[in-house]
Amino acid sequence: MAKELTPQEMLRIDLTPPNRDWMDIPTVIKPGIYCYPAKPEKVEAVGMPNPHVWSPLDDDWGLPEDWKETFLQGMRERLDKHRSFKIFMDICVRCGACADKCHFFLGSGDPKNMPVVRAELIRSVYRGEFTKAGQILGRLAGGRKLTEDVLKEIWYYMFQCTECRRCSLFCPYGIDTAEVTIIGRELINLFGLNINWIQEPVANCYETGNHLGLLPHTFKQNVEFMCMDIEEFVGIKVDPPFNKKGAEILFVTPSGDVFAEPGIYTLMGYLLLFEHIGLDYTWSTYASEGGNFGFFTSLDMAQRLNAKIYAEAKRLGVKWILGGECGHMWRVVHQYMNTFNGPPEFLEEPVNPLTGTKFENAKSAKMVHISEFTADLIKHGKLKLNPKRNDHLKVTYHDSCNPSRGMGMFEEPRYVIKNVCNNFYEMPENTIREQTFCCGSGAGLNAGENMELRLRGGLPRANAVKYVHERFGVNMLSCVCAIDRAVLPASMEYWVPDVNVCGVSELVGNALVMEGEHERTTDLRGEEIPGFAKAEGEEVKEDV
Amino acid sequence: MAARILFPLAVVLAIVAVALIGGSIPFLQPLFSVALLYVSFAVFLFGFMAKVIGWAKSPVPFRIPTTAGQEFSLPWIKWSKIDNPSTTGGVLMRMFFEVFLFRSLFRNMRSDLRSGWLIHSPTKWLWLLALGFHYSFLIIALRHLRLFVHPIPGFVETLDAVDGMFQIGIPPLYLTDIVICLAVSGLLIRRLFLPKVRFVSLAADYFPLFLILGIVISGLLMRFVFRVDITAVKALATGIASLHPVVPKGIGAIFFVHLALVCTLIAYFPFSKLMHMGGIFMSPTRNLANTSRMAYHKNPWRKPPKFHSYEEYEDMYREYMKEAGLPLERE
Repeated sequence: MAKELTPQEMLRIDLTPPNRDWMDIPTVIKPGIYCYPAKPEKVEAVGMPNPHVWSPLDDDWGLPEDWKETFLQGMRERLDKHRSFKIFMDICVRCGACADKCHFFLGSGDPKNMPVVRAELIRSVYRGEFTKAGQILGRLAGGRKLTEDVLKEIWYYMFQCTECRRCSLFCPYGIDTAEVTIIGRELINLFGLNINWIQEPVANCYETGNHLGLLPHTFKQNVEFMCMDIEEFVGIKVDPPFNKKGAEILFVTPSGDVFAEPGIYTLMGYLLLFEHIGLDYTWSTYASEGGNFGFFTSLDMAQRLNAKIYAEAKRLGVKWILGGECGHMWRVVHQYMNTFNGPPEFLEEPVNPLTGTKFENAKSAKMVHISEFTADLIKHGKLKLNPKRNDHLKVTYHDSCNPSRGMGMFEEPRYVIKNVCNNFYEMPENTIREQTFCCGSGAGLNAGENMELRLRGGLPRANAVKYVHERFGVNMLSCVCAIDRAVLPASMEYWVPDVNVCGVSELVGNALVMEGEHERTTDLRGEEIPGFAKAEGEEVKEDV
Repeated sequence: MAARILFPLAVVLAIVAVALIGGSIPFLQPLFSVALLYVSFAVFLFGFMAKVIGWAKSPVPFRIPTTAGQEFSLPWIKWSKIDNPSTTGGVLMRMFFEVFLFRSLFRNMRSDLRSGWLIHSPTKWLWLLALGFHYSFLIIALRHLRLFVHPIPGFVETLDAVDGMFQIGIPPLYLTDIVICLAVSGLLIRRLFLPKVRFVSLAADYFPLFLILGIVISGLLMRFVFRVDITAVKALATGIASLHPVVPKGIGAIFFVHLALVCTLIAYFPFSKLMHMGGIFMSPTRNLANTSRMAYHKNPWRKPPKFHSYEEYEDMYREYMKEAGLPLERE
């Protein structure tokens, strides 16, 4: 298991695949790589098919009698519904450009994690079951029949892809493994074979409004706890509104920010920012999840969970929606939400109430990213900032996959960071922006039982952090993604100890000079800021 | 060697053998020229169209471009108009760079693990081979128009002149002949010897390479070794093009080998990975503008979602909400 492997041992990776046909290499499902299966009650809770108890290590996965027909029928339907899937099944030339672009391949050396092979797992079934050549020539035409072993192999590798789209950037035809994985997972979910780390948040989110299953009062309480911390560390009272009708803006962020370190510090950053500018906004306990694990289950489930955001915006009568820092949330918000559940004609085109800036790029979907919003505020001089409070930090920035390759938000967060921090260092250029590497645990793979997979998948990102850590002394890895904040600390602890993880808004919160604040001797984590700490009976030392 | 390499090689050699025999028997020559070309061309045309129409029948439910640069956002932020296009013009530019210059392949990088460090370094070999192969193939195909069309179009003459400008040998060796030999060999060598590429390669990847290599070799042999009567070939070609086919006597068998391989390639085209030629134009991660939040994109098969409504939610948690001081729709 991962925990017992030292980084040196983990790094013994052979990126040279064996000289054999991949179809001849049997797939062995290994602990540390796979995630636990979905609990039947969580499958049932959202009305998905075939809830049952099973284990990936068993021979019998409890498949229904007619599973094969269901799978093939499901495939046929999806070929007819998605041009992407249909084309991607037909046109791959196996040039190999994607082979070493995947963080899971680079971290594990498992040749079936080369994006081309991961897609071939399904493409071979497409050829073997749907094309004449494949039906007649079989393996010679790259086709194979759908068997239980094939299904198990597909299952295993669909949950070793984080839908990060790095391969699609390099593909000469734009073949996107994320599309294949999304549809592969939809097919798997026809038999109740989801992993629990995805299924449980989905069921929770469906009922309580957020992945963590925080009930309305708990959600409010958690936010209020952070207000208490703010009172202690900043010295001001913040009283955020909940479910407030007629507010101008609805704010939605992933619930991870409400719950766990270091996301909660990012949330404190939001609270301070909104207080600082006196924003007329509201939280919602009903639409209390920006993230969308439905997206890792099926597009249908993604649409169902996403529907709450517009529905709540309508009920509350807000003008537009502001979204917090999250990766796949923004893939869904940016590329899917309007199509899923829009257009939201009851909302207005988003305008920053302080600067008057029209967010042209969000005029139809009416949802703006917090980094876009903050960058606009800073550009117009609306924030009073003291970046020196972040001087003890040497910051780098991890572009999250989805805002990078499914949106293209690169400059806004950098602009914000550079205005709230004095020490900013970029990682090597082939590992940032559109070429960024996944944290290794996205797309619902941030469980505990698959830690080896996560650490392996996290290697390329961590390796680039290690480079700037050793070269520039970088000690803080910032990001705009809740899953990053949840998983990168483990990856850093393993690969690059001494580097912490934070959200961009946490850095903003630390730098914001609030009206009526007391001397800020600690940051939002309650840790003393070097140079600002007040010793017993001594005046505050302001560094120059 | 594995069957996935030997089988396609055997098929290509079998085609060569059959064409050699067929081409040597005069009364079979019409079958191995006129009929074969008409049939394979028809298969290509209908197959290609059927495939493209088949793709077009599946809608594009979501706007999912792979964004490869800064999005259009705040006015003072410089955006990547081509790598992350938000306008039709930008998409056309992006597609131009993809289709004509293989932009994505140009981005290629190799990642190696060396003493604990992952090193990512640019590599242009695949891009160079691909570009060399496709352009030389295109120019060679266009040059062949001189056989089918009379009088020879001006641009074909120009291409011919430029391509043969180095005047190496008699008849002159074309530049594209050299490039295509190098490029196809390079692509084949990659597949045979680079472990990753070899691992993912199928018979369907070797087959077109062997076919094209066969076409190139037979073409060169015809020009430089077993000279064929070019006037007779032109008479055959113009006849075929004008739908009044005649098969002149005295065309060497090597010509029929060349033609049979070409016909196999075009007939095989619609059913193979070679359809990437059509597919690239329709790839939703490349040909869509990144305007997902700016403009509504309709999904033709959208169904209204079944979700847990606020009313159900409040009914479920009313007591908790009341106690926490959260506003309620109904007390």
